[in-house]
Amino acid sequence: MNTFVLVFRELVGLFVDDGSLAIAIVVVVVLTAVSSALGSPAIVTGGILFAGCLFALGENIRRTTREDRQ
Amino acid sequence: MDLIPWNIAAPAIGAAFLASIVEVVEAFTIVLAVGTLRGWRPAAAGTVAALLCLSVIVAVLGPLLDRVPIHLLQGVVGCLLLLFGLRWLRKAILRAAGYVALHDEDAIYARELAGLQEEARRRQTAADWIAGLAAFKAVLLEGLEVVFIVIAVGAGGKTIVAASLGAMAACVLVLLIGVFMHRPLARVPENTLKFVVGVMLSSFGVFWTGEGLGVAWPGGDAAIPAVAAAFLAFSLLMIRGLRRNGRELAS
Repeated sequence: MNTFVLVFRELVGLFVDDGSLAIAIVVVVVLTAVSSALGSPAIVTGGILFAGCLFALGENIRRTTREDRQ
Repeated sequence: MDLIPWNIAAPAIGAAFLASIVEVVEAFTIVLAVGTLRGWRPAAAGTVAALLCLSVIVAVLGPLLDRVPIHLLQGVVGCLLLLFGLRWLRKAILRAAGYVALHDEDAIYARELAGLQEEARRRQTAADWIAGLAAFKAVLLEGLEVVFIVIAVGAGGKTIVAASLGAMAACVLVLLIGVFMHRPLARVPENTLKFVVGVMLSSFGVFWTGEGLGVAWPGGDAAIPAVAAAFLAFSLLMIRGLRRNGRELAS
């Protein structure tokens, strides 16, 4: 049983390490889906997804390093 | 069977190969510790049992992939790739900038060996069983990551055979080097590999998530290298900035 719990935890851990990064990525994907559903041009929808991911990554790293320094 | 053009197959093979090397090296370290401490019988038994489990998982889940509508598959796989790829990229950037300690295969080997020795001392009669279980868990967990990587890299673009070949090549390479060296593969540049793979998987993730949501990327598949180049440039700039900040604080 312990092995199955461990496997499940490891599987979740594959995708979620820092919870706030995972949430930020999900928010970016939801915003992209909304933009797509509203019929925005492809370049706008793609831009939201791409720029959103870069922003989520950058912001998460900036916050992590700031906390580390404190 | 239709042959996939090389320009489409190569990124899938490359991403699966590099990502799988990282995982296989980690599994190899544990199996080596088990084999060194308790002999190769429990190590081989645990490894074979885990590979059988993985084969069953692939045999059961593999055919289901063909039944999922391609846009749904691309969207789901794309999201998972974003979570997986950006997580690796984040860690690689923090390691490269000196905020997180580098992965040390020798230290992991020593820790695993000490843990197994302690466990074997406490439960002498079941020592081989515990050692075999450790090998089983390591191969199963790292193997599941390899299976996910192959599916994630290959399923969205129908390049699953190419991705499988990349992963298989990584397994064979690590096994051959491991058998020859007979020690942990500590000189594998784990963080550089994770950095490169993080960039590649994040780029695949952006592309497939977009495709799944109906985004028509300019240039089609050719957008992937452009997205990867942007991720790479952004990550290198972040590392440079973080290192500069670190130096300013230190001085």
